[in-house]
Amino acid sequence: MNPVDNNVQENIQRMVEAMPAFPRSVHKVLELTSDMNCAPKDIVETIEHDPVMTAKMLKLVNSAFYSLPRKITSMKHAVIYIGINTVKNLALSIATVGMLPAHNKADFDMSDFLLHSLVTGAIARKLSTFVNREGFDVTDFFVAGLLHDFGKVVFVQAMPETFLRAKQMVEEQGVSLIEAEQRLFGANHSQAGAILGQQWKFPEALVQAIAEHHQPDMASNVLRDCVFAANQICKSKHIGHAGNTQVEPFSTSMIQRFDCDIESLLDKLGDLQPMIDEAESFASL
Amino acid sequence: MQIKFWGVRGSIPSPGPNTVRYGGNTTCIEIRAGDELIILDGGTGIFPLSQTLFPELPRHIHIFITHSHWDHIQGLPFFVPIFIPGNDIHLYGASDPVTQQGVEHLYDVQLQYSYFPIREAELNANMHYQSLFPGEVVQVGDVTITCVLMNHPVTNLGYRVEYQGKSMFFTGDHEPPYNLCKPGEEDWDVYEDLIQQKTQDMDTIMQNVDVLIADASYTTDEYGQKQGWGHGTYDTCIAMAKRVGAKQLYCTHHEPMRSDDMLEKVFEEAVARCSLDMDFGVQLAKEGLTIQV
Ligand SMILES: [Zn+2]
Ligand SMILES: [Zn+2]
Repeated sequence: MNPVDNNVQENIQRMVEAMPAFPRSVHKVLELTSDMNCAPKDIVETIEHDPVMTAKMLKLVNSAFYSLPRKITSMKHAVIYIGINTVKNLALSIATVGMLPAHNKADFDMSDFLLHSLVTGAIARKLSTFVNREGFDVTDFFVAGLLHDFGKVVFVQAMPETFLRAKQMVEEQGVSLIEAEQRLFGANHSQAGAILGQQWKFPEALVQAIAEHHQPDMASNVLRDCVFAANQICKSKHIGHAGNTQVEPFSTSMIQRFDCDIESLLDKLGDLQPMIDEAESFASL
Repeated sequence: MQIKFWGVRGSIPSPGPNTVRYGGNTTCIEIRAGDELIILDGGTGIFPLSQTLFPELPRHIHIFITHSHWDHIQGLPFFVPIFIPGNDIHLYGASDPVTQQGVEHLYDVQLQYSYFPIREAELNANMHYQSLFPGEVVQVGDVTITCVLMNHPVTNLGYRVEYQGKSMFFTGDHEPPYNLCKPGEEDWDVYEDLIQQKTQDMDTIMQNVDVLIADASYTTDEYGQKQGWGHGTYDTCIAMAKRVGAKQLYCTHHEPMRSDDMLEKVFEEAVARCSLDMDFGVQLAKEGLTIQV
């Protein structure tokens, strides 16, 4: 990550600390579910301690998908009825999408943002199957894609008016969002996202992928490259919206990574609609 | 009603000299009720079944899928009637809450360029898809099919099939829900109550069936290592049959590595353990075995 001015670093740290406490459980669920032998009881307890996630889970379990003979009223109830594996996978999906404020003064549309994040995650996951994953799990690519822009949420959460001005700057002066953020916050959303990731104790590789997701020419990093490509594909196809629409070109190292340019990569990906449909159904939970 | 087993093996097809008596195909059950043809699960057993259907084609065929694990869907692309014009294939199965996709997803996934030479859109039969929710009742002519949510790592529906006062139930893959706590731990009681409630909900749908076909993958000993894998034991199946008042129990989903001789041995041991108070018949499901009820 590019060095950030000490004062700015402190500022962002403060913004990050002001983020809702909820993500702790997200971290825990991610951690627990990456271990095949984790105790089911621990997963249930983690979810139980998070009212937002519990509420979403119960809403889903009581929805038409299950139309169970009785109303499911607790996480314990849910786990006995639908099984720990399904609970685990639902938690994973809900965990990563559940932490966004719906309304904000930054005029930042959270459902568009969520759609952008989810589909970037899904595409990054798929792209990872075309390359040498270098020991990463396909899920790591999904999570990296999902969280690459979370630095924006930090800005929106902490200084919504300033973020709104950054967006206006992009529209009126044609500068990149990164550039506008840099001018107004002293740091950009990649950096803010990386600081957030450190705070949430994400694995180092994930933090780095977030930090460099607009810098594909930094030292080789397969996680970042898949996120970079997925992000550009999402923008070029206008899937969701996260404040900037400029599609950044594939550099030589990107072409080397995927052994083709962005157009051929799109062909290889095939139909994106199923991924969009899946993302939309989660974004609406 | 006539029931015939075309595949009784769990997890993966297991052909070879050690499995000739019980068969190596994965789950598939054929049900004939009046003029209706109902098939439960599309494991590899559905392929030999499809070979017997030519004289009666074209016709309506209703396939109910318990869940989407490979051993229950692997034969679907080779179910020959889907390629023959004039047939009406009705595929039923659960919607999945994690992927948010309905039963049509099965063929979409299987019939992709990389995995199969023919796409779903190219199938010649008239394909009909119906996603089911637990508790839903489907009417196929005079046959009534009720589905209930069982316990497996993926959404698994058990099916009760009724025709002219006779009935059968198939669990699909099912592990009786178990307590996440150890006895003495704080929430043990809470879980026990919930398990009882869930068991009751499932038992209600199985009540007094003439034929109960159940997932008995493991012996009680083996189960120690396999808790949470989503399968039952001979003992849990016998206990279930007893609770619901089934008249006849068939144990299925035999372990792929279990030879015919071993299968008979572990089964006899389990039956001997439970036989004292059994007032119903119990036997091993076997490829080709036909039951009249
Ligand atoms: Zn199975
Ligand atoms: Zn299964």
